[in-house]
Amino acid sequence: MGPLIPNGIIGSEWDFVIAILLGVAFGFILEASGFSSSRNITGVFYGYNFVVLRVFFTALIVAMVGLMYFDYFGWLDLSKIFILPTYIYPMILGGVIMGFGFIMGGFCPGTSFTAIAIGKIDAIVFTIGLYLGIFIFSESYPLFESFYNSGNLGNVTLTDVTGIPAPWFAAAFTVVALAAFWGTMFIEKRVRKNTKEYKF
Amino acid sequence: MNTSKIINNQPKYINPYLGGVLLGLLVLITVFITGRGLGASGAIKSSVVTTANVITPDNAKENAYMSQFISDDHSPMYTWLVFETIGVFLGGLLSGILFGRVKKFRIEHSPKITSRKRLIFALIGGMLFGIGSQFGRGCTSGAALSGSATFALGGIIVMFAIFGTGYVIAYFFRKLWI
Repeated sequence: MGPLIPNGIIGSEWDFVIAILLGVAFGFILEASGFSSSRNITGVFYGYNFVVLRVFFTALIVAMVGLMYFDYFGWLDLSKIFILPTYIYPMILGGVIMGFGFIMGGFCPGTSFTAIAIGKIDAIVFTIGLYLGIFIFSESYPLFESFYNSGNLGNVTLTDVTGIPAPWFAAAFTVVALAAFWGTMFIEKRVRKNTKEYKF
Repeated sequence: MNTSKIINNQPKYINPYLGGVLLGLLVLITVFITGRGLGASGAIKSSVVTTANVITPDNAKENAYMSQFISDDHSPMYTWLVFETIGVFLGGLLSGILFGRVKKFRIEHSPKITSRKRLIFALIGGMLFGIGSQFGRGCTSGAALSGSATFALGGIIVMFAIFGTGYVIAYFFRKLWI
């Protein structure tokens, strides 16, 4: 049955309407969870607010386990979904650069858009930064084109690489996430006791 | 005591586990309908390519990176992620209105730093995130969340690299936040 648009069950003329609707839901969830505040987000790195970990890991559990069930019931053909390609070295470097961007800027791209929506000037400046960064990348692309394309493993999943079936990863991740929810509860309590200047 | 009062003062957010379940279901529905996940940085990339293509079309078409995203039959803005991102903004606005968080333009920062410093670091942070997202084939939404949810190795790599780096360097930037 699924994916519905690639399989022609929903016509591709609906593609952009669906894009806006899914985007509205995405933006709503991000803002309602508190991701329109940079100080909320960075709390995950300092222990005074683990909302990012809670939302992110819960979402991963639901999506991973959900995909397994959709596959099991035959609702979704997993061979037809897009798998992000893996370019090992550029992706590690990219993640490290984004880590610096996250700590310095306090947002990631999606969250900054919702913060602009409620009037945060720091989010507007962050988004201008995104634009400049991607522009700089594009202009200097010839300098690192070969590195950008290095370490290409293709569109591989964890199962392709290790041979371990996906449900095992979903189960293992769920256990790790639950342990993280439990452990960070105590860390947060302790750090908040010593934090005075956390106000919105 | 004082601390808990301040924390209770925060704007009302939904329960993070509820937010997580909703976000997970959204990723699931998105993959089910479109065969792909969510994203965010892609829309900014489209804007960069579009501006370059309008102002200096010859340069844009010669640029080995941007030329991949230019086509003759439609504008680079005419992509799924641009429409999705318009939705993200609208959804954020809707939630902000509903929970009373849409206020006049303001700068949020730790009391230990000035607004100016906050904005300078927001700009640098945004630039780094923009550059990193191109190497990473996506940002926290497209690579770390949607990629990991579909068990893509690349998504997991990006997720660990972003958060791992964040924890390693957090100490050096603590004055920005706490």
